[in-house]
Parts: sequence; C-alpha cells; structure tokens
Amino acid sequence: MTDSSMWTDVAVAVLGGAIRVGTPFLFVSLGECLTEKSGRINLGLEGVLVLSAMAGFAGSYLTGSPWLGVLLAGVAGAMLAMLHGLLCSLPRVNDIATGIALMLLGAGLAFYLGKPLIQPQAAQIPSLEWGLWSDSPQVQAALRINALFPIGVALAALMAWALSDTRWGLIVRMAGDSSDAARALGYSVNTVRVLATTVGGFIAGLGGASLSLYYPGSWNEGLSSGQGLIAVALVIFARWRPLACLGAALLFGGAGALGPALQSVGIGWGYHLFNAMPYALTLLILIWTCSPKRSLQGAPLELGVSR
Amino acid sequence: MAVAPNPTPPAVAVSSTPGTPRVPVWPEVVDAIGLPVLALAGAVLLFGGFVWLGGVDPVETWVLLFQGAFGDAFSWQNTLQRAAPLMLTALCVALPQRAGLMVIGGEGALVLGGLACAALPLMMPLPAGAAGTALALLAAALMGAAWIALAGVLRQYRGVNETIGSLLMSYMAIGLFKHAVEGPLRDPASLNKPSTLPLPEGNLLGLLPGMEVHWGLVWGVVACVLSALWLFGSTHGFATRVVGGNARAARLVGLPSHRLIITACALGGACAGLAGGIEVAAVHTAANASLIVGLGYTGILVSFVARHNPVAIVPVAVLFGGFGSAGSLLQRRLDLPDASVMVLQGFAFVLILAAEAGRGKLSAWQQARVAQQTAGPVATAPHETSRMRLARERAERLATRLAEAARRHAA
Repeated sequence: MTDSSMWTDVAVAVLGGAIRVGTPFLFVSLGECLTEKSGRINLGLEGVLVLSAMAGFAGSYLTGSPWLGVLLAGVAGAMLAMLHGLLCSLPRVNDIATGIALMLLGAGLAFYLGKPLIQPQAAQIPSLEWGLWSDSPQVQAALRINALFPIGVALAALMAWALSDTRWGLIVRMAGDSSDAARALGYSVNTVRVLATTVGGFIAGLGGASLSLYYPGSWNEGLSSGQGLIAVALVIFARWRPLACLGAALLFGGAGALGPALQSVGIGWGYHLFNAMPYALTLLILIWTCSPKRSLQGAPLELGVSR
Repeated sequence: MAVAPNPTPPAVAVSSTPGTPRVPVWPEVVDAIGLPVLALAGAVLLFGGFVWLGGVDPVETWVLLFQGAFGDAFSWQNTLQRAAPLMLTALCVALPQRAGLMVIGGEGALVLGGLACAALPLMMPLPAGAAGTALALLAAALMGAAWIALAGVLRQYRGVNETIGSLLMSYMAIGLFKHAVEGPLRDPASLNKPSTLPLPEGNLLGLLPGMEVHWGLVWGVVACVLSALWLFGSTHGFATRVVGGNARAARLVGLPSHRLIITACALGGACAGLAGGIEVAAVHTAANASLIVGLGYTGILVSFVARHNPVAIVPVAVLFGGFGSAGSLLQRRLDLPDASVMVLQGFAFVLILAAEAGRGKLSAWQQARVAQQTAGPVATAPHETSRMRLARERAERLATRLAEAARRHAA
C-alpha cells in the first residue's frame, strides 16, 4: 500500500466514522440541550446512555424488531431522566450531585440486568447505503449510514425550530432563563423542567440504542465510557443551539474514529492515546470557550454550569 | 481611650432569661446522623426488593450482605482492606467541596498515582525498606495533587466547570495509564495482563501486626484525621471553608481565594494519588488494569454520605468497603451479577440526596414549638416571606455595591 492511499483511507474512515461514532453524541447532546434550555444540567445522561443501550438491545433481542428496541431504549432513558427531574424538584437537591448518582445507578442497573445479554446477538438497526454511487469499497463502507442518523438530523432541525418559534419552546426557554418570569405567568417551573428532562432522556436513549444496535452493535459493559459526559460539554461548545450540536457531534465522532482508523491501517502505536482524544479535545474546547470573567454567551441564565 | 469594663454575662442568666427561647440542638444531630442512616436502610430494603423481583430471596440476601461485610474476622479484614482506598478517594471529593468545588475526577488521580508509584523505581534506585516505600508513595501523592490541582487551576483561571473538567481528565488519565502500561513501561514478562515491572520486594507495603490488613488503612485514617484537624482546627482550613461558603465574602475580606481553592484541590488529589500508590504497593505490586475498578467513583458516594466531613468518612468508608466485600459473597452464593453492589450503591446515592430534602424539617418544627411555648401563638416564619425576601434582596444589592466600591477603592 502506498503512503498517500493509506492516508486517504484514514481520511475516508474518519469521515465515515464521524457519522457512525457521532450519532450517539448527536442524540445525547440534543437531549442535554433540551434539558439545559429548561435550566437544569443532567450529568446523569451518562447513566441514561448505558441503561438505554442495554434496554434497546434487550428489546431487539426479545422481540426481534430493532425498532421496538429503539422505542424501549427511549422509554428506559426517559424513566431514568424523569427520576432526575423529580429528585431535583425536591428542595435543596442539587442537579449536579443527582446527575452523579444517576450515572452510578444507571450503569449499575444496566450491568445487573444486562448480564445475560453479553453473549447473544440482536437484530440490528438497518443501514442506509448512500455510497453505492462509488466503486470504492472504502467509500461505500464510510457512507453506510445508521438509519437513526437522518432521524437525528431531522430532530435537530425540529428542535431548533420548536425552541425558537413555538409557544412550548418559549415556555421551556423561559423556565431556563428566568424562573421568576415563568412563575409570574403561572407556569410551574418544576413541571416544565421535569418534562424537558424526561423528553431529553428519551432523545438521549435513542443514542443508547444506536450504540448497542448499530455501532459497536452489541451489549457489553465497556459500551459507553463517558460519551454522555462529552455530550454535556458538546452542548456548551455548541452554545445551546441544536443545529450546532449536529456539527459538534460530527466533529467529535471524527475524533473518536481516529484511533480505530489508524489501527485498521496498521498503526497500533498510541491506540489508547488516540482513544482519549475526544476527552482531550473536549477539555481544550472548554478551556478555549470558557472565561472566568463573563458567563457564556447563549447560556440559559438559570443554569448552574455557567456560573 | 477609656476602657469600659465589659464583663461577660454569666451563662446562667442567658438560659434562664424568660422570653429568649432556646432551641434545642438535638434536631440537628438527628438530621446529621438519622437521615443518612434512614437513607442507607432504605437502600438496603430497596435492594432486597430489587433482587426479589429477579426471584432471589431478599432475607437471604440481607443476611449474606451482613455476613460478607462484618460476619467474621475474615470478612472484617476484607472490609477494612477495601475501606482504606475509599477513605482517601472520598477525601478527594470532600476537601475541594469544602472550598466550594465539586471535583469528581478522583479516579484519574488514583490511576496516575498508582502509575507514578510503579514508575519511580524505573527512574531512580529506591532505598530498601520503608524509606523507599515512602518515596514511592510520595511520588504517587504528588502526581495526584498535580492532576487535581490542574482541574482547580482550569476552574479558577479559565472558568472551566470543575465537575465536567475533572471527569474528562480522569478519562484522559486512564488513557495515559493504559498507554504507559501496555507500551513504554510494560514488563515484557507480563503476557496475559500487561503490567509494569513489579516494585522491589523490600519496598512493598506490609501488613499490620496480627491482621491480614495492610498499612494503607492506617494511612487512610490518619489522612482523614489530619484533614479534619486542618479544616476545623487551623486558620488556613477556616479560610478555605469561608471561601467555600461564600466566595464573594471571602474576596471582600481579602482572602486569596484562588490559592486556597487550588490548595484544597491539591490536598484532595494527593489523597487520591496516595490511594493509587497504596493499592499498587500493598495489593497489586505492579501497576495494571486491576487498579481501574472505580474506587474513585465509590469515593464520591462515600463523601456524600459522610456529608463531606473527614471524620465521618472513616465509618462510611468501612460500611461501603463492607458492601464491596459482601458483593463477592453474593456473587458466589446467590449467583447475583457482580454489578449488584453498584445497584445497591446507586440506590444509596439517590436516597441520600433525596433525604437532603428532609433536612431542617425537624428543627423548624421544634423552633415553632418553642416559640409557641414561650411567647404564645406568634407568627413564626420558618420559610421566607415575601417581605423578608425583599429585605434580603435589598441587603444583597447593598453588599454588591459595597463590594464594587471596595474594588474601586483598591484599584
């Protein structure tokens, strides 16, 4: 293999990986975006991701239909997120601490209930062949798209429109920007936030289904390691704009695909370092975008993270 | 200047003066101890119900949970062995929390501390015996301190949220660790499980006399006691708590809040790094993947249950060490998955946080009762009324303006 074709292969693999690895990031960051727009931060989406990946796999395995699995993943995610929402509605309960607790609980429940699911195979989410125009097998492989990905793109557009142009979007943003204003207009801030967190958990759950039912496409205990948390940082990077979440998710997907892509062309050195790339990239982006002097531009004003 | 004699009023007079209601302190004690105990009991109950849904006898589970943790000398030793690192990783949460930061990346400091401890003999020959062990553990503590202090620096100087930042850093630390252990520092003789070269035999951390528990337990308890002395018995610790309580007030009285916060982070990180060093020097003898078992994450839970109080961390760490030790018994006897301890911990964490909502209910009720007894029915307001809120907001605005004036004055 010549040197230049090797690097082309890596580039194509990273581009394809951006979509493959980025799809869960997209869903989790959209879910987190909705939650944070309502004024709460849900670090527990990491737990949601693991639990919903397990639930999605179980649903697909038991019913034979991957789409029922996806639905079950969403519902499981919504339930765990609702627990976060309800707990945070209690007085003196901090949303960051609750998120850490749900990270532990979600992972524990998923590992416990998912123990029998480690061996079997489940029906996978179908892939869309968008690369058939090319005769290069690498390009075809890169453009074999997860069927959930277009759904995620549509969802991002829908959320962007709903948040800016609908009554419901305004209520969510009002709860996140000024709980006093929301209360003055007669809306229960807690109810709005619990609902936003629950729906956010459902959306993040779809990302979990994408993990266990498309890529990597099986259930094991190392399935999610921090993707849910990266998504929280992604939302900050995307300045709480759903469409920017799409771009950020693809960027991070590409970074996450770099390690496996290099390994596939025989560069095994630093495999673990390349796997840690997304975390380092996230931290660098946080260092670059944050400032101690001012709160972040576009941040919901009631959010603890932007203090 | 005339010095007016100002005799301290006799204590008896205060307590016997009619009309000054004395609110007893016992409700606060009940809150501090009773609520966590209640929450933990609830978690154990809930766990029983959870395994019952899976067709396992809950009573047998509870019995085994107790036996595996505290049933006999063997379980006790296992429990204490597991409790030692938990005390140290819990301090990595508790100390920064007292300075107002929620750091949850102790796992990263622990892993890198373990690596530093194992890597030191490769860089310099260690003196034999305890001096060498102390040097290796010092390297571990320094590594951990630097790692968590970095999270504090990023927070103070760049505004990077320390919770997210420290957690991202711990994933990076695990990546670095795996890279070092499977690459440059790998012992060629470790075939199936990549490890570093084992520490020299003479530098391993030994067992306490008469017990199957290593010296790490003593290090853990000593670290907790020293932390408590520092926090509650020294000016520096007091200043740290002021910064954690109200950063703006601390700046107003001229406390170097950046330095205090970063010091607290470094101390916490040193504890977590030490935990990693002890695990290597006493249990695994070399740095390998066995170090990454979530001790840092369990430490978060321990610190929360102990309400970030270093002294309370000791018994709570023993309790959670007990859960860990019972986990393997549950796995052997009842064929429960190894994640059952995680489920139990998850329930405990959620209930501990929920119990926070009940705090103060008892003392508010007590206050109202005392006020009623002494002064007849009066309007006691345990909650803020709208008028109180207006007054408070006015005072806060005033404080802001004062702070601005002070800053302008200083410039």
